[in-house]
Amino acid sequence: MTAGTLLSGQVTAGGLGLAASGSWTAEHARTLEPLIEHAIRSDTAVQRIIIDVTRIERLDTYGAWLIERTLRVWTSRGCDTRIVGLSDSYGNLFKKVRAGAGKLTPLPRRSNSITATLESVGRTMGAVFADILLFSQMAGALVIAFLRVVAHPTKFRFTSMVNHLERVGWHAVPIILLITFLIGSILAQQGIFHFRTFGADIYVVDMVGVLVLREVGVLIVCIMVAGRSGSAYTAELGSMKMREEVDALRTMGFDPVEVLILPRIFALIITVPILTFLGSMAALYGGGIVAWLYGGIDPQVFLARLHESISVKSFAVGMIKAPFMAIVIGLVACVEGLQVKGSAESLGAKTTDSVVKSIFLVIVLDGAFAIFFASIGV
Amino acid sequence: MAIGAPDAVIKVQDLVVELDTRRVLNGVKLDLLRGEILGFVGASGAGKSVLTRTIIGLLPKREGLIEVLGVDLDKADDRAKQAIDRRWGVLFQQGALFSSLTAGKNVEFPIREYLGLSAKLTTEMAISKLEMVGLKPDVYRNFPSELSGGMIKRVALARALALDPEILFLDEPTSGLDPISAGEFDQLILTLQETLGVSIFMVTHDLDSLHRTCDRIAVLGDGKIIEAGTMDQMLGSNHPWLKSYFHGARAHDDWHVEVKG
Repeated sequence: MTAGTLLSGQVTAGGLGLAASGSWTAEHARTLEPLIEHAIRSDTAVQRIIIDVTRIERLDTYGAWLIERTLRVWTSRGCDTRIVGLSDSYGNLFKKVRAGAGKLTPLPRRSNSITATLESVGRTMGAVFADILLFSQMAGALVIAFLRVVAHPTKFRFTSMVNHLERVGWHAVPIILLITFLIGSILAQQGIFHFRTFGADIYVVDMVGVLVLREVGVLIVCIMVAGRSGSAYTAELGSMKMREEVDALRTMGFDPVEVLILPRIFALIITVPILTFLGSMAALYGGGIVAWLYGGIDPQVFLARLHESISVKSFAVGMIKAPFMAIVIGLVACVEGLQVKGSAESLGAKTTDSVVKSIFLVIVLDGAFAIFFASIGV
Repeated sequence: MAIGAPDAVIKVQDLVVELDTRRVLNGVKLDLLRGEILGFVGASGAGKSVLTRTIIGLLPKREGLIEVLGVDLDKADDRAKQAIDRRWGVLFQQGALFSSLTAGKNVEFPIREYLGLSAKLTTEMAISKLEMVGLKPDVYRNFPSELSGGMIKRVALARALALDPEILFLDEPTSGLDPISAGEFDQLILTLQETLGVSIFMVTHDLDSLHRTCDRIAVLGDGKIIEAGTMDQMLGSNHPWLKSYFHGARAHDDWHVEVKG
């Protein structure tokens, strides 16, 4: 089928006749549009337009709209417009297209760039405070749910918690062991490499021991858990929110915090310290192996040195942080999950937010703990 | 070349479809004629959706022939298949709008991908389609999550119509709509058939809708087409399932009277 054409016909006193022919359909719309534009731009002085459509072979909504648009432009210029030769079958189509307004109501004008920047800064700050409010709200709801469960222990979703324990705990063990082992090895290797220049190889043991037990073990584990389980929590709760499962729970008289969130956060509180312990041991093991193979520090010497340099205190400092970090990760993940709106995009955005915010807060919390322990002299 | 009658836009012959070794369709034979509205009914789980999804190429078939607009989909290469994709529109049961795009951008999506028109004309066409299905132009800016179920179906229909297709697949278009909206939807489908001349393949359980809109009805049971014909033929059938379907508690007595249009 050949593309449609639009021919300027006879020009009578102040009037213009246009003849359309051929195929005015979607696949030819691309070639038709310039023709129409051209026709509108030329001949601005006419008072009467007649478009002859007798020789149009095929017409669909695209062709009909293009002709209708031309007519509207000319009508708005005060022209008298008319279509001739319209067959009955296409008449209906034309009526349907003509019935529409074809325009959006204009949006209010955007403010200029300086106020827009200020506005976006303001909105961001607003969002930060809204977040703080939401986190406190969720923390409060959690405490209430916890107290309710303490009063009626049978209400606690034990099966759900065990399920989550398996998923966030047991299934995370291999990857946590692997990563912390590698981190421990790298710490030891870097330490030996640099300490060797001034003959202080043996202090690598102190460094690895203190660093791993106090800071690195728990941080690496928390970052892994936030990326692995926090994101999963957000995505699960978010898709439940999207499909109105959360609302269904609420209408049946259950508190979503008690049913969905409490078991998840409990699972994290139990899991993160265990993973921290396992991770720290794996990191020390990795450090020991590298010290032996790369630095020539005998395992017995390593252990003896470790014994001298660290105490139960360093171990306790690391472990005590773990459950708090777990609460932060769980809280952020669940709050973000419940913030999901209807679209797939918002699910993705909230999952990203959840991971970014929980890792950020874990590091901030770690800093706060460091200040606290330093000031009480531990 | 078309095998059957020249005016069949879809031709299905001896179609066999299996899902995990379970034979769902066993020798289905069905034609969709040009310009007609074919209502497609059957018990829940009889395989209506399977047949629809097989025709539009979402499910593989075991045996048989599917010919759309004279093209055998087995023998067609990718380009020919894409050309066919352009010429049909599908309205999914839940609308299946892209949730990250606004209603307007949803309708624009196929236009932009296939036609390469100017941004202005693309937007105008999307608005025109939205108005054609009875929505206000400003729905253009709403995201699917901000729309009601009926509006989502309309936007989805506008998207299905975006390229002025020759065939329209509707999967339960009136399910989940109130009787007024469902009635409007029926009217809309009839108008589209009249103005655009589309052939419509409609899966539905809505007896009123079947009665008001469909030129022909095909009934699926036991993996085969039990019966195909006009509403009157359905009402006169002696098949036990058809009898309980068309003469059940929800049927009306006045259906022998022609009300279409």
